[in-house]
Amino acid sequence: MRRIGVFVCHCGSNIAATVDVKKVVEMALLEQGVVHAEDYPYMCSEAGQSHIAEAIREKQLDGIVVCSCSPRMHEATFRKCAEKNGLNPYLVEIANIREHCSWIHKDMQEATEKAVILMRAAVAKVHLNAPLKAGESAVTKRALVIGGGIAGIQTALDIADAGYHVDIVEKEPSIGGRMSQLDKTFPTLDCSACILTPKMVEAASHENITIHTWSEVEKVSGFVGNFTVDIRKKARYVNMDKCTGCGICQEKCPSKKPLNEFNRGLNNRSAIYTPFAQAIPNVPVIDAAACIKLKTGKCGICEKFCQAGAIDYAQTDEIITQQYGAIVVATGFDTIKLDKYGEYAYGESKDVITSLELERIMNAAGPTKGHLERLSDGKAPKEIVFIQCVGSRCSDDRGKPYCSKICCMYTAKHAMLIRDKYPDTNVTVFYIDVRTPGKNFDEFYRRAVEDYGVNYVKGQVGKVAPQSDGSLLVHGVDLLENKQILKKADMVVLATAIEPNSDVRKIATMLTASIDTNNFLTEAHPKLRPVESPTAGVFLSGVCQGPKDIPETVAQAGAAAVKVIGLLAKDKLKTNPCTAKADELRCNGCSQCAGVCPYGAISYETRQVNDHGIREDRRIAVVNSALCQGCGACTVTCPSGAMDLQGFSNRQIIAEVDAICR
Amino acid sequence: MQELMERAKELLASGEVARVLGWKKGENDWDVEPRFFESVDSLQDFVYDGFCGANLSKYMIEAGKKEGKTLVFLKPCDSYSYNQLLREHRVDREKAYIIGVGCKGKLSISKIPFDGIVSVQGASYPDVSENLTVQTLYGTQTVAYKDAMLERCHVCKGKEHVVYDELLGESTDTVDADRFAEVQRIEAMSPEEKFAFFQKELSKCIRCNACRNVCPACSCRKCVFDSTAFNSDQKANTTSFEEKMFHIIRAFHVAGRCTDCGECSRVCPQGIPLHLFNRKFIKDINNLYGAYQAGSDLETKAPLTNFTLDDAEPGVGRG
Repeated sequence: MRRIGVFVCHCGSNIAATVDVKKVVEMALLEQGVVHAEDYPYMCSEAGQSHIAEAIREKQLDGIVVCSCSPRMHEATFRKCAEKNGLNPYLVEIANIREHCSWIHKDMQEATEKAVILMRAAVAKVHLNAPLKAGESAVTKRALVIGGGIAGIQTALDIADAGYHVDIVEKEPSIGGRMSQLDKTFPTLDCSACILTPKMVEAASHENITIHTWSEVEKVSGFVGNFTVDIRKKARYVNMDKCTGCGICQEKCPSKKPLNEFNRGLNNRSAIYTPFAQAIPNVPVIDAAACIKLKTGKCGICEKFCQAGAIDYAQTDEIITQQYGAIVVATGFDTIKLDKYGEYAYGESKDVITSLELERIMNAAGPTKGHLERLSDGKAPKEIVFIQCVGSRCSDDRGKPYCSKICCMYTAKHAMLIRDKYPDTNVTVFYIDVRTPGKNFDEFYRRAVEDYGVNYVKGQVGKVAPQSDGSLLVHGVDLLENKQILKKADMVVLATAIEPNSDVRKIATMLTASIDTNNFLTEAHPKLRPVESPTAGVFLSGVCQGPKDIPETVAQAGAAAVKVIGLLAKDKLKTNPCTAKADELRCNGCSQCAGVCPYGAISYETRQVNDHGIREDRRIAVVNSALCQGCGACTVTCPSGAMDLQGFSNRQIIAEVDAICR
Repeated sequence: MQELMERAKELLASGEVARVLGWKKGENDWDVEPRFFESVDSLQDFVYDGFCGANLSKYMIEAGKKEGKTLVFLKPCDSYSYNQLLREHRVDREKAYIIGVGCKGKLSISKIPFDGIVSVQGASYPDVSENLTVQTLYGTQTVAYKDAMLERCHVCKGKEHVVYDELLGESTDTVDADRFAEVQRIEAMSPEEKFAFFQKELSKCIRCNACRNVCPACSCRKCVFDSTAFNSDQKANTTSFEEKMFHIIRAFHVAGRCTDCGECSRVCPQGIPLHLFNRKFIKDINNLYGAYQAGSDLETKAPLTNFTLDDAEPGVGRG
């Protein structure tokens, strides 16, 4: 029989205000094997821990239950405390009576009853806990950054500067990401490319950074410190070593139909292309779907004109496999599709555009060479209406429930730039709220209103109706004046909500990193671990974690880099001893567990077993405990229950359930 | 039948196989049972007719532990079970000589609706369109062969063997029903009706374990219901609720591996349509992950133990 001590924490009033802690102590003493129980205001404090230490010594405890907060908070604290006092740390169990109980209940009697049940379950489990010993695993001192936008670039630069090698994987032909598509940046109005391209160049020339563009992560296996990643380098059809970036191929290419993705499909590009002038690497790719040579075998014009002989139509996708210690996700965002917003006539009229499209129109390298003009007739717009929160802060399923955070500021920027460059153009902004928290942000917005005469109208737009004369009739409402507004506009700009890049789900699944209902990657803790994924060794940088602007993205990118550096600086990591183990007498050798193991930790051997006197050679599963991460997939697959997870055995879990149902 | 017996004798006499796994005549025409025949002489009791519904694949687990090769007769549907066991490394292909035998539909004595049955004629070389002549204590009766067939033969998987060394005999197409019709009928019930249906059926269970013992997918060395490791060994037969759990847990354990051989329902002395549980799983698997037949080959990844990024995620409300 175990000698178990139960320690009930008040957590100030966090627990004690809702749970009768004295009652929990009293009930604990009635449990089998419990020889000590006490409550204390802050169990995690030095003094609280000394109570535990004293009880271990005086009552010879060999099992401890702490009824307190989530094990994610203080399990490590109490395990260390036990270890320091000569008890195996895995003989400590936490009953979460805060997050799972006091915080979510109001009625003291009910909450106390539940706290007692949770305590009982933990006591039942600790009876079956076995001492476990953590092993060690090595750390591969190389990081992978998925996404080559400003977030990925900054993270890579910071890690590389600390002396560790970083690979950036970017699915587009060039690094740069969304920021490379922007014209000016708020609140300083400096040119986006002018501040981004130096960082791109720095990343490209850094001795510790390898950039894989036109590449995608194909497969991830392993775990913190020891990831193995397959990267698909898509066929570029251009030899990167030979190409000089002269651009003659793009000039001569006869296939000029494909939509230019970089310009948001507002104009066309050639089948062989670099997305923009400052692209890194400055080596074009051939769009196989549009290339006449690759489709029909006839053409070959680019090859003929390429003096460097860099064109290689025979190139195929290449898979490179690389080991990493840490992975940073920096997959960024895209604007949402507007097909559910028929009322704004986007797609119906060429003069209804998204803000990102306006960004390209305003840019000197854009489809209109930077001239503000209507895409329908090329005329200069005299009345422009901006509509805010298109798909953001949306309560139905057409859009997103969250605030996209950047729209208020970039709309103020657009409005200001237009008023500055085209003073005879009127700008009206329909908004729900103007949100400008950020250094120099509100000042910026006020300049747009006060100095540049931008007309802000609090209210939403119900309809944009294209008129026969080519104009757009905007049906809006002014909530402050409480009146309907009908406004004729030449151009309507939609502040379209942003959402995580569509690839993020695939990547999150490969990394077993969790994502929320909006497909943003989840942090390990929303306040205290904002740049870490709950999956060890996976870190978050930029908008993949939540909407943010450039300064915030760069700050978070640096923070993620620091976490990576902290991990890579270690030579060894302690491994989790809660790994799977096969019972040789029950194992059928059926290989189902090996099939579901995401870490390749299970192999088979034929060995002689002695099954109650019968000796026979059997095929038995063997778990490599260095590779096993204790996910438990094998234990639920095993039909005979031969596979069990140490520290979370079937018996322990059944004992907990039985205690709860008692 | 003669053909099979001759071939078995030949292989046994030549020493190519050490024993024959087949069916043995019983006291009555319908009391056929699986049997290892160790000698040419013992083969006089060998039988192969309409009552040889028993799927012999599972016995090949034991056969694999014996010296030498075992000749086994597998009907087309049995061969799926053997393949599934092969895939799970439970049988040794090297130690099996498989004769794929033709099948023209198998009979169920409980489907012959007469009292006092003495003998059944017409089961040896049956044709689905013919009648069986049944001698009873009260006179001679006839019943259409088709009407006395096992449920599984009405939804037969086909005439092809998926694994064999040689083939003997012809098969007949016996399909005349929709495999999932009964599952659909139950799916359409209200929760209360479903509960009442299963309550009625499963309350007949006497926990004889015949379904488990005959099931080729229930091949664990130590069944969880017999294991002392989970405190469940003595639990499962104490209340009617736990009887239900036995069958439901069993269905979960064989999900994705069950070839729908129908042995569970065939051997149930209480006539519980146990195959319906498995077939519901099969139907769901087909709907969610695309058509899959367990045991059809050794390569296709089983949907429940395989993961692809575009897997259906029923019940997961993510994004």
